Amino acid sequence: MGELTALVGPDGAGKTTFMRVLCGLLKPDSGSVTVLGCDVSKEPQEIQNRISYMPQRFGLYEDLTVRENLDLYADLHGVSKDERAARFERLLKITDLARFTSRPAGNLSGGMKQKLGLACTLVRSPELLLLDEPSVGVDPLSRRDLWQILQQLVEEEKLTVLVSTAYMDEAERCGKVFVLNQGKLLEQGSPASLTKLAKGLTYTVNPKPGIKARDIQARLIDAKDIIIDAVPRGGAVSFIKQKHAEVPQIEKLLNGDHVEPREEELEDAFMMLLREHEDAEGNAESAPTVSSSTAALSSSDQTAASKPVIRVQNLVRKFGDFTAVDSTSFGVGRGEIFGLLGPNGAGKTTTFRMLCGLLPASSGHLEVAGLNLRDARTEARGRIGYVAQKFSLYGNLSVKENLEFFAGAYGLFGKKLKTRVAEVVEQFQLDPRAQSGELPGGYKQRLAMAAGLLHEPEILFLDEPTSGIDPLARRMFWRTITELAQGGVTIIITTHFMEEAEYCDRIAIQDAGKLLALGTPKEVRELAGETYARDMNSAFIGIVEQNRAALKSEAEAKSKQNDGAAA
Amino acid sequence: MSAISSYIFRIIFLIRKETLTILKDPKSRAVLIAPVIMQALLFGYGATYDLNHARFAVLDLSRSDASTQLLSHIEGSVFFERAATLSSAAQIPEMINSGKVLFVLSFAQDFEQRLNAGEQAPVQIILDGRNSSTAGAAAGIVGAIIASFNQSLNSDVLLSNESNLVIERRAWYNPNLQSRWQIMPALIAALSMLQTLLLSALSVAREREQGTFDQLLVTPMTPMQILIGKSLPSIFIGLLQSTFILLIIRFWFEVPMNGSPLVMYLGLISFTIAAVGVGMSISAVSLNMQQAMLFTFLLIMPLMLLSGLLTPVSNMPEFLQVATYMNPLRFGIDLVRRVYLEGAGLQQVAFDFVPMLVLATLTLPLAAWLFRHRLS
Repeated sequence: MGELTALVGPDGAGKTTFMRVLCGLLKPDSGSVTVLGCDVSKEPQEIQNRISYMPQRFGLYEDLTVRENLDLYADLHGVSKDERAARFERLLKITDLARFTSRPAGNLSGGMKQKLGLACTLVRSPELLLLDEPSVGVDPLSRRDLWQILQQLVEEEKLTVLVSTAYMDEAERCGKVFVLNQGKLLEQGSPASLTKLAKGLTYTVNPKPGIKARDIQARLIDAKDIIIDAVPRGGAVSFIKQKHAEVPQIEKLLNGDHVEPREEELEDAFMMLLREHEDAEGNAESAPTVSSSTAALSSSDQTAASKPVIRVQNLVRKFGDFTAVDSTSFGVGRGEIFGLLGPNGAGKTTTFRMLCGLLPASSGHLEVAGLNLRDARTEARGRIGYVAQKFSLYGNLSVKENLEFFAGAYGLFGKKLKTRVAEVVEQFQLDPRAQSGELPGGYKQRLAMAAGLLHEPEILFLDEPTSGIDPLARRMFWRTITELAQGGVTIIITTHFMEEAEYCDRIAIQDAGKLLALGTPKEVRELAGETYARDMNSAFIGIVEQNRAALKSEAEAKSKQNDGAAA
Repeated sequence: MSAISSYIFRIIFLIRKETLTILKDPKSRAVLIAPVIMQALLFGYGATYDLNHARFAVLDLSRSDASTQLLSHIEGSVFFERAATLSSAAQIPEMINSGKVLFVLSFAQDFEQRLNAGEQAPVQIILDGRNSSTAGAAAGIVGAIIASFNQSLNSDVLLSNESNLVIERRAWYNPNLQSRWQIMPALIAALSMLQTLLLSALSVAREREQGTFDQLLVTPMTPMQILIGKSLPSIFIGLLQSTFILLIIRFWFEVPMNGSPLVMYLGLISFTIAAVGVGMSISAVSLNMQQAMLFTFLLIMPLMLLSGLLTPVSNMPEFLQVATYMNPLRFGIDLVRRVYLEGAGLQQVAFDFVPMLVLATLTLPLAAWLFRHRLS
């Protein structure tokens, strides 16, 4: 009673299936499940009356207002009118949606939709609450709010919650964690006991000046036999070594760079368990590689100095009265990885669409490869690649048909087309005959990348390419990106995973259409101030909140001034 | 590679992709052929004003040879079937009101005497006017039978002063008075338009809904290339459907075709292009498939009504007649009918091409412009 339990695991681990079995929505092929003392296969209705389940895509009615959605779900669950008033007030208060009760659900941001979904799930007090990946595609601020709500409910209402998630910091907040992969339970226990599994295997290395952390990371992650996982973090590289690997062996790989032990974390244990399982099953996927050469450690630092390939000056985009992007300026140099971060509805996607020429700017100057793509001739568009947020290739065509079509659209034909298609199929390890729409998430994303790279673009735009993808697939994805950048491709990327900002050369943080921070990950962390500089996630929250607080006090000062003037 | 061949190559790739997406989806594949054939057959059998075994009742107070003879002529035709024989005038309202019969034929007591005396011998027809077109047709045919009965009697007595004019008009190009002949050729244009309009309206809307349209817009393809690549498969499918209907009419219903297939297809091509232009414009303004479908169905009704498919355009009020100039179906139907039934040549139907081609040259570039400039 009153406990939070997490289910973690990559795509296809069986998290959703397991939850649906618990609710009696799916029948187990064999074995039995007991929920709240009832056998699920015998009394599904009894269980459904006592639990609440929020699926990954919660069924909000987009044309109905927040209030109407709540009423509808209260009606469905037979909540009496008297109970409703108090319950709604409380739910609206903790979800901070009270201000938006008359707004249609379709006009809410992604994070607010999730909160409303949770509120609708909780119109009555269930004995058990099941949440299936409630934080997918939700920005760090909304994610933090969502977890505060959950913890408040657990404490105050003694609610029992089972939640599936891809974020380890979320799993860490739970009492018990179950690690699943490919339908198997790998390990279970408290976050602390799981974390201990990685004890003695975790290290960090500081790159020599002038060498990029992501290049060290690439070298480490490629050495699969001695390294389990590596990620850039705070300018250094955190990695996990294989049990049998020796420190000198690793230092040799790093040309003598000194490695230091670091405290193990839940994520380390998770990555370790996954790697062990995949290796045991013998189906470890290797990262798609751009070239077979190992990442060069002496990567030149001329990129920042070179002439910018993207120039944005005082860019503004308005939708009616609403300013989605407000006088934004930045530049991106050749071969740079540039990250665009911001909460849901901050104007990232709008900025992105203007850069790609999909949306006209209201005012300001915009240059991509020296041209405005919106009215640029076709050759200019032929120099960029674009990977959309949602999978946006033709689902009922095969992988090969999709690739051939886009190759043709980019002006390849005949022998050149055949070679390029074969190359990317090989590079991204795709099955050319598979139907695109049926591919698992990680492969869809590979196909989208493959299609965007067919014509070997100078600039690659990636809009939230990693949302909804598990950590293993994300490592592989970033391995490909860093390879591309080394090959001189300029990368513009938006993401919700703040730790991914560490792979970027420079990042920009946007909120409410305004550019709040611009610089290297290190500079941005420093800008956030000491209390927030721990990692990128807290730096991001710090910067956005400081700005929002400043705006609020400014508005208050203004209204006071006006009051004063009126008096 | 020259600029022109690269331009054409891109279009070919798009056409290939469009065709694949249509053909690979089992649902849209089924929608392409089966409904057209079904609708053509349904219209052929169902949508007809022709009377076939219409039921009537007889009140014969004369009980004479002449009346029996006349009745045998009427009953002998395929159009009518005697459903009841009445004994008094009081039974007539019940027969008509209940809908048991379409009309009642009533002979006065002195029918034969008057006939023999060379006087006017009236035959009364009481019609169910609730269904005016069928009733009118019945009156017309009964009139015609009586007229020929008159002639066969070689009598100078006129039983009815029914004008032959109507019958004569209907008999032009349609000697057996079959309205099927009137309706079916029009279907070659009307039925295929339903599908081409929907197919083209969905083509861009589907891509916008699924997010693939953005992916297409960031490629070096120009809006014109996208337009051509997306229109051609729809046009081709429209023509294919027209061909199916044409074959059904010619060989299943055996309506003879008098015109040249060349003129017919020239007309159908311009008509289909105009319809695809309208569909593409709908598609370019729609955000998703639902919107595109809604717009299409809103448009289909007036297009059909104002086309002359079922009612002649010349009977419409002046302002509606003007409005029909924007309707490609009006000219498509006119052209197809005249070429099919009258055997009209290119010169005689030349004017029909003008409004259709004007519409196509307006809507197609509009759609291409809207691809990028739709207000977001």
